[in-house]
Amino acid sequence: MRYAMAIDTKKCVGCSDCVVACQTENDVPIGYCRDWVVEITNGTYPQLETELRSERCNHCENSPCVRCCPTGASHYSEGGIVMVTKNECIGCSACITSCPYDARFVHPEGYVDKCTFCLHRVKKGMKPACVAVCPTKCMYFGDLDDPRSEVSEVLKKRKYKTLIPEAGTKPQLYFLI
Amino acid sequence: MREEIIVSGRNNPLIDPQLHVWHWEIPTYLFLGGLAAGLLFFAALYYLRGKENEYRTAVKIAPMLAPIALALGLIALFLDLHHKLYFWRLYTTIRLESPMSWGAWTLMIVTPVSIIWSALHIKELFPNWDWKFDFAKELIGFFQKKKKVLAWIMLISSAILGVYTGILFSAFNARPLWNTSIMGPLFLASGLSAGSAVVIWMSKNHAERKRFAQLDLMIIGIELFLIIHMFMGFLASTQVQIDAVNLFLGGPYTAQFWGFVVILGMIVPAILEGLELKGYKIPVAIPVVLVLFGSVMLRFIISNAGQASRWLY
Ligand code: SF4
Ligand code: SF4
Repeated sequence: MRYAMAIDTKKCVGCSDCVVACQTENDVPIGYCRDWVVEITNGTYPQLETELRSERCNHCENSPCVRCCPTGASHYSEGGIVMVTKNECIGCSACITSCPYDARFVHPEGYVDKCTFCLHRVKKGMKPACVAVCPTKCMYFGDLDDPRSEVSEVLKKRKYKTLIPEAGTKPQLYFLI
Repeated sequence: MREEIIVSGRNNPLIDPQLHVWHWEIPTYLFLGGLAAGLLFFAALYYLRGKENEYRTAVKIAPMLAPIALALGLIALFLDLHHKLYFWRLYTTIRLESPMSWGAWTLMIVTPVSIIWSALHIKELFPNWDWKFDFAKELIGFFQKKKKVLAWIMLISSAILGVYTGILFSAFNARPLWNTSIMGPLFLASGLSAGSAVVIWMSKNHAERKRFAQLDLMIIGIELFLIIHMFMGFLASTQVQIDAVNLFLGGPYTAQFWGFVVILGMIVPAILEGLELKGYKIPVAIPVVLVLFGSVMLRFIISNAGQASRWLY
C-alpha cells in the first residue's frame, strides 16, 4: 500500500478551506497549520502565470526526517504515511531542519507535529479532512498500488510534478499541472 | 519575475523570514563537545605515546576540564529540547542513521571515561586528595591498571565526538550550506585547535607550550585548507549549493565568517603563535582567546547561515 495525494493546481482557487478543515479536524493550535496554500506568479507583465498549490508534508518515501530522528518517534506508518509518536519525541527539532519542505513545526506542548494524511480518518475509510472539504474537489487521495484508486486514475490521465524531486526524498504529493 | 504569496502557513521561510529552529543551544553544545573532544584526544594520544610526564598538563590536568565542558554542553542540549520530559527516549534505542543518536551514545561513553580519567589524576591538582572510602580506592586502583585500555577508548571516542559535531550539520541535505562532508573533519580540527589552545594556556612548561603551539599552527593550516576545499566544492556544485555558499561570498554572513572565523579565529592567532615560536614575547592569552573565539563563532555562524539556506521551489 502506498498512500499519496494528487492536487490539481488548475482547479484550486486558493480559498484555504483545506487549511481550516485541517486545523479543526486535528485540533491544530492557533497560529499553526499543517497545510498551507502557496500562490506563485511567474513571468513578466502582462504575460503572467499563476499557480496555486495546497502544500503539506509530502510523506516522502525516502524521508530525511525519519532517518535523522534519534528516538524513532518519526516513523513510517500504514501505506508509507510518515507519523510522529508524541510520547517518543524529545523535541530536538532535527527533523524540522531535515525537511526540505519545512512541513514540520514544534507543537506548543513540545513535541513535533505535522500532517498525518488524517490517518485516523483513512483507517475508517474516510478521506483526509482537506480532501473531503475542498469546494472545487481539486484533491485526490488514495493508494497508488491500487491501479483503480482515485489518485492512480487521475495520475494516469494528467500531467503532474512533484516538489524538488532532486532533493531525493521521493515525495508523495503530486501536483497536477 | 517570480512572486510567491503564501495564503497561509507557518514555519515557512516566506512567513517566518527564515527557518530558525536551532538557536544558541546547539552551537554551544557543539563547541563544548568539540573542545572536550580536543582535550581528551591529546590526553589519550600523549599518554599512549609515553609522554605523560613531559606533557603533564595535556595528559593529566587539562582533560579535567572535559567533564565540565561536557556537562555544560549537555545542559545546553537539554535546554534545546522542547519535549524535555522525554529526554530518556534517546537511550531506549540506537539509530545508526541519525547523527543525534550517534552523538547521544558517544557522549554516554565519553562522559564517564573523562570523569574516570580526571579522577585518576586528581592528585596532580590536589596532592592531599583522599578517596575516603575503600571501594573508591579499589575502583581507582582498578582503572589505574587498565589505564591503557581506557586511553584507547578515549582516543577513539573523542575522535568520533569531534567528527560528530560536524556530521550533525552535514547530514541534512535540506540545508544546502551544511550538506558537505567537509563539516566533519572541519569541526574535528576546530575542536582539536581549541583543545590545544587550552593546553597552551594552562601549561607552565616551556617545551610543552612550544609543542602545542606547533600543533595548533598545523591544525589551523589544516582548517584553512578544509575551508578552501569547502568553497571549491560548493562553487562547483548545484545552484542551491552555489546560492548557499554565496551567504559567505557577498551575502549577509560574509563579514562575520571571514572576519570572526577566518581572520580573527585562525589567521591572527596563527601569526601570533608563529611569532612566539620565533622568540617574540607575546602574551599567551591573546592567541588562545582568539582561537577559542574563532571556534565558537564557527559553530554559531555555520548553524545560523545553514538554517538560512534552503532549496528553492
Ligand atoms: S515532507 Fe518533510 S516532514 Fe514530510 S516526510 Fe518529507 S521530509 Fe518528512
Ligand atoms: S523532534 Fe521529535 S520527531 Fe523530530 S527528530 Fe527529534 S525526536 Fe524525532
